[in-house]
Amino acid sequence: MIERRQFVTPGELLAEGDYNSGENTYRENKKIYASKTGLANFVRNNVYVVALSGCYIPVVGDLVIGNVVDMRLGVWLVDINAPYISVLFASEAVDRSFNSRREEMTKYLTIGDVVLAKIISFDRTKDPTLTIREPGLGKIPLGHIIDITPTKVPRLIGRRGSMINLIKRETNCQITVGRNGRILINCAKLESEALATKAINLIEQDAHTTGLTDRINKLIKKEKKESSIHAK
Amino acid sequence: MSENLGMVSKITQKRISELLKQDKRIDGRGLNDYRELKVEAGLIERAAGSALVTLGKTKVMVGVKIETGTPYPDTPDNGVLTVNVELVPLASPKFEPGPPKEDAIELARVVDRGIRESQALDLKKLCIVSGKKVFIIFVDIYALDFDGNLFDASTLASIAALKNAKMKDYVIKKDGELEYKANDISLPLQNYPVAISTAKIDDKLVVDPSLGEEIAADAAITVAIGKKGNICAIQKRKVGTFSVDEIIQIINLSKQKAKEIGAMFLKG
Repeated sequence: MIERRQFVTPGELLAEGDYNSGENTYRENKKIYASKTGLANFVRNNVYVVALSGCYIPVVGDLVIGNVVDMRLGVWLVDINAPYISVLFASEAVDRSFNSRREEMTKYLTIGDVVLAKIISFDRTKDPTLTIREPGLGKIPLGHIIDITPTKVPRLIGRRGSMINLIKRETNCQITVGRNGRILINCAKLESEALATKAINLIEQDAHTTGLTDRINKLIKKEKKESSIHAK
Repeated sequence: MSENLGMVSKITQKRISELLKQDKRIDGRGLNDYRELKVEAGLIERAAGSALVTLGKTKVMVGVKIETGTPYPDTPDNGVLTVNVELVPLASPKFEPGPPKEDAIELARVVDRGIRESQALDLKKLCIVSGKKVFIIFVDIYALDFDGNLFDASTLASIAALKNAKMKDYVIKKDGELEYKANDISLPLQNYPVAISTAKIDDKLVVDPSLGEEIAADAAITVAIGKKGNICAIQKRKVGTFSVDEIIQIINLSKQKAKEIGAMFLKG
């Protein structure tokens, strides 16, 4: 049996005997091995690995931020930072039936646009499909987009949103977190935007450590103090 | 590299130019700031010389190979320098396997020109038998991670790898054959060119452009500076234009940056 929060590499033996194989692990003959590089951990007899990095695996219902990379008749192809290119049907973009012979698709979205979308279907035999037909979803007109490793998104959100709400409250920024590791920041002031970016980058860098919320709080307070001195 | 369109979204490009109006850059650098630079030489044991250069998120690995062969007919007394670039698909979603495309060829030629025109390698010393047998130096550049400015990273990695390269000491026998000795010698390096790239985005000049800035740029220019501060090579890319004043400004900045980088990584 491994120790808690031990660093493991793929193929490393984690536990032997009556254990359940959790996230990022696999079982072979009652032995459980890691399938990704990360920190191993266990809760009762569930063994799992918190991956240090990795790509985004789509889950139905996830909110994602994607780049439109290509167009076909009636569909946009959207890069959502996953191993699979996702598909956004024109009928999922407008609130009525869409006839691509009569209408220009570029009126709604074109290559290089960024969309906030929701995944409506995905399994490993079919590419993920998206929808933007819900309030709040659709083309993102402005803002600053930063990328973090998708596996660190839960840490950025924190327990019941504690971390992300802290950043939102302290910087007065609107922050939208895509589960695929893309984050949209909208701020009235450039300084707050830079501060939010700095905080998020620190979370990504130190995601595996403890006491992170306190450190982020301190960082924001310190930076705010400094900038208010400069302002005077 | 116009094929990279779509890799960086329109709002990010808009953001880059908005921030530049206030002399700020998207990654928080100043206009004349270089990204963090790291050079690790001699990582590949089986190559004659090697170097890994990390420039922000851009990563370039260079290997040097030394062989004997025949010289070109127009330069019978000179050794041969061959620079090759491989943009491997793992570096960027836009790089495909297969024969080198336009951007790989351009990169190879810019690096080659920097080394050749600065006379970094004393090719005369690499001649074994005039017109018959010379040393051929292969510089193989592999882009491992692409986040803009492969030109500067590749040139620096190539020079670091050439500097790191070792070959067996030799004597030339009467019949032109080589007899190798036990000790190692370095390649005849006499100059250390440093390439500095600058991009122009909406009338602002930024040094060491990242991927987003390279795509948003109207024009970009790479200046290779020798160790005495002389210009060895210049290459301009993309469709935009530079004014004479801008060129002078770029050259002065490049000289200063090249001096800093050369002193840090290529001294001696």
